[in-house]
Amino acid sequence: MPSTQQSTQQQDENAPTITPGNVIEVRNLVTYYGTRRILNDVSLDIREGEIMVIMGGSGSGKSTLLRYLMALEKQTSGTINILGHDIGKISKKDFFNMRKKLGVAFQGGALFSSMTVGENIMLPLYEHTNLDRKTMEIMARMKLEVVSLAGFENLMPSELSGGMIKRAAVARAIVMDPKILFFDEPSAGLDPVVSSALDDLILTLREAMGMTIVVVTHELESAFKIADRITMLDRGDILFQGTVEEIRNHPSERIQNLLNRRSEDQTIDPDEYMKRLTGEDVKGGLA
Amino acid sequence: MVKIEPDMANEVEQKASSRFFDRVGRSAVGILEEVGRYGVMLSDSIYWLVMGPNLKQPVRVASVFSEMMEIGIRAIPIVGMMAGTIGIMLAIQGIYTLKIFGAESRVVIGIAFSMVREFGPLITGILVAGRSGSALAARLGTMKISQEIDALEVMGINPVRFLVVPALLGCLIMVPALTFFGDVVGLWAAGVYVGVALDISMAAYIDQTIDILSVDDLMHGLGKSVIFAVLIALIGVLNGFMVRGGAEGVGKATTRAVVHCISALVVTDMLFAFMVTR
Repeated sequence: MPSTQQSTQQQDENAPTITPGNVIEVRNLVTYYGTRRILNDVSLDIREGEIMVIMGGSGSGKSTLLRYLMALEKQTSGTINILGHDIGKISKKDFFNMRKKLGVAFQGGALFSSMTVGENIMLPLYEHTNLDRKTMEIMARMKLEVVSLAGFENLMPSELSGGMIKRAAVARAIVMDPKILFFDEPSAGLDPVVSSALDDLILTLREAMGMTIVVVTHELESAFKIADRITMLDRGDILFQGTVEEIRNHPSERIQNLLNRRSEDQTIDPDEYMKRLTGEDVKGGLA
Repeated sequence: MVKIEPDMANEVEQKASSRFFDRVGRSAVGILEEVGRYGVMLSDSIYWLVMGPNLKQPVRVASVFSEMMEIGIRAIPIVGMMAGTIGIMLAIQGIYTLKIFGAESRVVIGIAFSMVREFGPLITGILVAGRSGSALAARLGTMKISQEIDALEVMGINPVRFLVVPALLGCLIMVPALTFFGDVVGLWAAGVYVGVALDISMAAYIDQTIDILSVDDLMHGLGKSVIFAVLIALIGVLNGFMVRGGAEGVGKATTRAVVHCISALVVTDMLFAFMVTR
C-alpha cells in the first residue's frame, strides 16, 4: 500500500538519528572565528541524565563549543545532533520545538533588565503555553522556591546580588522543565560559599528533575564536585574525556599541568625559551 | 640626498594605487553588505509578522502598544514644541522675504506647503531618530552584550519577532501620527504669529490654509513619514544587533545609529521630493 509505505518512509526520515542514551552528539566539529580556527575536529557525546563538565583555560574554545551545543550557532563543518535532531538539517518548526527543551543559565544571568524577576521567569511560559496568569505566577514562585529565592519575584534584576541573579537565571532556565540544562561559568564572580551552594543546586536539580546538565567552567573544585564526566579542551582540541577519577589519574603531562594550574612556560626548556625570545626558532629570525 | 630610481618610484606608485582600489573595493562591499542586512531584517520582520501566528509565535499586541507609547506618546511634547517653533520661524522668514515684493499676505501659501510637505515630516523624523533610533540601538546593544538576545534565542523566542517587529510597527503607526500632529501644531503656531504680524484673524488664516492645501499635499508628507519610520526602526535595530565589545561598543552603535538615521532621512527626503514633486 503506497500510503503506508510513504508514511513509514516519512517516519524513518523523522526518526531520531542519535545513539540511544545520548542527548547530544557532536561529530568532527570545526569552527572558525574569522580566519582563526577555534575548534579542531571536536567529537563529543553527552549522555542522558549525566552532568558533563566542559573544562579548559581561557581561549580553549569551551564557550564556543557551548554556543554550538545550545544551537546558537550553526556549524559549517561536522554534525551536531541534539535530542535526535540534526541541527544542520532541522526544519524551522522543529528547531523552535527543540529549543523549548533546552534551558540555559548564562554567565551574567542574562535576565531582562526591563522585567521583574517574576516576569523574567514567566516569559517562557507566556510565550510557549496557554496557561493563565495566576498559574504562571504559581509556577514562577515554585521555581523560585527551588532556587531559594521565594519572595523575590517583584524585585528588578538590578536589585539582586550576583549570586541571586545566577539563581534567578536558573529558575528561568528550568521553568519549562527542560531536558538539557546548560550552565555557562556558574561560579564566575561568586565567593566560594555562594559558588559551592550553586554547585549543590546543580546536583539537586539533577537528582530532583532528572535532567541532563552541561556545565562550562574553569573552576576545578566545582568541576570535581559536580561532574559525572569531564571533557577537557585545550586550544580547540579535546585533550580528555572521562570520569573525575580518570582525569585525576591521567598520565598526560599536559592534562596534569592544566589540573595543577601550572603554566606551560614553567615546564619549558630554558634553551628553547631563549631561542623563542631571540627569534632564532622563527624562520629567518626577527629580521 | 637619497636618489630615487625610476623603477622604485613606479613600484611605489603602483602599490599606492592598488591600495586605493583595495580600499574602494572593501568600502563598496561593506556598503552592499550593510544594505543587504537591512533587506534581510525587513524581510525577516515581515515574515514573522505574517507567519508568527502559524509558528505559534505571534507578535504581542501589548509589546506594540508599549513601543507606540515610547516612540509616539512620550515624544508628543518635544514634537509639539519643535513643530511650533518651526511654524513661527517659517512665518517670520516668509513675511520677511515676501515683504520685498509687497506680498506678505501670501505668506500662508509658503507656510502651508513648507510645513505639510517638508518640515512636518522631516522635523518629526529627526526627533524620533534622535529619541527612539538611538534608544533602540542602545537597548538592543546592551541586550546583546549582556547575552539577553542569546537567552531569547535559547528559550525559542525569535528576537526579530519579540524585539524588532513591535518597534517597527510602533514606528510605522506613530511617526505618521506624530507628523500629522506636528503639521497641525506648526500651522497653528505660524497662524498665531501671522495673526499678530499681519493682523489676520485665526479663522481667516485657517480658511486660507484649508483652501491652499490638498489631500495630495498631506499624503506627500505622510507618505514620506512612513518611509522615515521604516528607516528609523531598521537603522536603530540593526546597529543594536551589530554591537561588539562592551559599553564602548554600545556607545559607538548609538552614535552611529543617530548619524545614519538622520543622514538617511535627509537623503530620502530629497529623493522623494525629486521623484514625486517634479
